[in-house]
This record gives sequence, structure tokens and C-alpha cells, in this order.
Amino acid sequence: MTHSEEYMTDHKLNPDTWIDLYADYLFNYAVARVNNAEIAKDLVQETFFAGLNSAKNYKGDAAERTWLIAILKRKVIDYYRKINSNKGKAEVRINYNANSDSEGDWLEERVADPFSKSENDPIENEELGLAIQECISKLPKKQSLVFTMKTIQGVSTEDICNELGINPSNLWVMIHRARTALMGCLNQNWY
Amino acid sequence: MLISCDKASIICNKVQYKEASWWQKIKLKLHLRYCGSCAEYTEKNTALTSLCDKAKLNSLSEADKEKMRKLFEGHQ
Repeated sequence: MTHSEEYMTDHKLNPDTWIDLYADYLFNYAVARVNNAEIAKDLVQETFFAGLNSAKNYKGDAAERTWLIAILKRKVIDYYRKINSNKGKAEVRINYNANSDSEGDWLEERVADPFSKSENDPIENEELGLAIQECISKLPKKQSLVFTMKTIQGVSTEDICNELGINPSNLWVMIHRARTALMGCLNQNWY
Repeated sequence: MLISCDKASIICNKVQYKEASWWQKIKLKLHLRYCGSCAEYTEKNTALTSLCDKAKLNSLSEADKEKMRKLFEGHQ
């Protein structure tokens, strides 16, 4: 715990800002775990409801987002419990042996190579995703909206301009500001 | 042929979304030859693009969020 955090124990909940600030963050977290956008969306919605219902139990010892993530974690666990409730569904079977010549160290042969630092390391990529999402949530609202539509949802410049009532040069200025802020925000850990 | 740093950064951003024209790219390349700070910006900006690609980010559409807001207000 750093010096400054020690004194920041009076966090408050502002449910009105939850969807703007945390919906994408929670959604990324959920998608990584349930692998299905529709289910993830429902879990995020349920998390907000549950957060509201138990807001009176919030003691302010964790930041709002950490608290919401803790609720979402439970929702993910409940989800897996539900789909695995028929006994046996949760059982994992491993068939070794595509070619029966291999014998011996079969377990060892199956584990991922701990020394390979793959570009696609799912855990590292998930952390990266959450870090980016956190930085996006610190942007002014319109910048974060434009950046998200353009970069994550891949909406065309023309469609964004029409939807938000801006012209392309406004859009590029906002993209420029957003990207500059993100570079600064991600700087220490990810570059 | 010579462009300002402001123009260069806009083109650099368009490049990140593959929306810069061939001619804009030439002007940017030329600018980067003599402008160190834009060269550094371009390098970082390009790295940001690959970080975003690597993270395979997901997000909810505005319509989804609006739906959430409605349900949430009803719940409050």
C-alpha cells in the first residue's frame, strides 16, 4: 500500500456514473471469462443491479471499480455453477494420444512451454486490455466515445461524424488528443 | 510539400486507421526526416496501435449502454 492510498479510505459510490465509467471495463473482464458477448453483457447488467442493491454494504475501503469487479467475479462463478449443475458436465477428459507411439512423459509433453513468450499470451493480453480500458475511462467523455467507436468498434469516420454531429477535422483532433493522453497513461508499464 | 507538426500528427493518426492517402503518407515521411519530435510521436503512436490490436479490446455499443441505462434507472 502506498502512502497516498493509505489515506484514501473514504471512497464513495456514484451509481449514476457506473455505466459510463465501468461498463466497458467490466465487459472486457467478463468476455475474457465467458467467451460470449451476450452472456457477458447480461453479467455486467446484473453486476450493476447487485451493486445498487448492496450499496449500503459498501464500506468505502476499496475503490468503486474494484468493488464492482468483485461482484462481477461472483456473477461469473455463479454462471459457471449454473451451467455445470448437471453432474459430470464439469468433468474434463483428456485423451492423450493422437499417435500411439509416444509414450512416457505425456503430461510433460502437454504443458505449455514455460519459456515461450508468446505474443498471444492470453493473461498478459487481458491485463493489457484492462489497462487500456482504464486509461480510456479517464479521457473526457466525448474523446473516449470517439476513440472507442473508431478504434474498438471500427465505425467509419463518416458514420461517427453523422452520429455525433461533428465534422471530420473535429474527429481527428479528438482522436489526436485521446491517443496522446493514452500514450502518456500507458507509458510506464506497457511501452 | 513541407507540412507543420500539427498536420503531420493528424496524418500520423490517419495512418493508424489506414485512412491516409498515398500523397499524405509521402508528406509525412518527408516531415519525419527532419522532425525528431514527430518521429518519436509516430513511433509511440504506432506502438499504441499494436497494443490495442494485441489486447483485442471489446466494448459495448452506445445502444447497448443506453439500454443498460434505461434498465438501471428503472431499477433505482
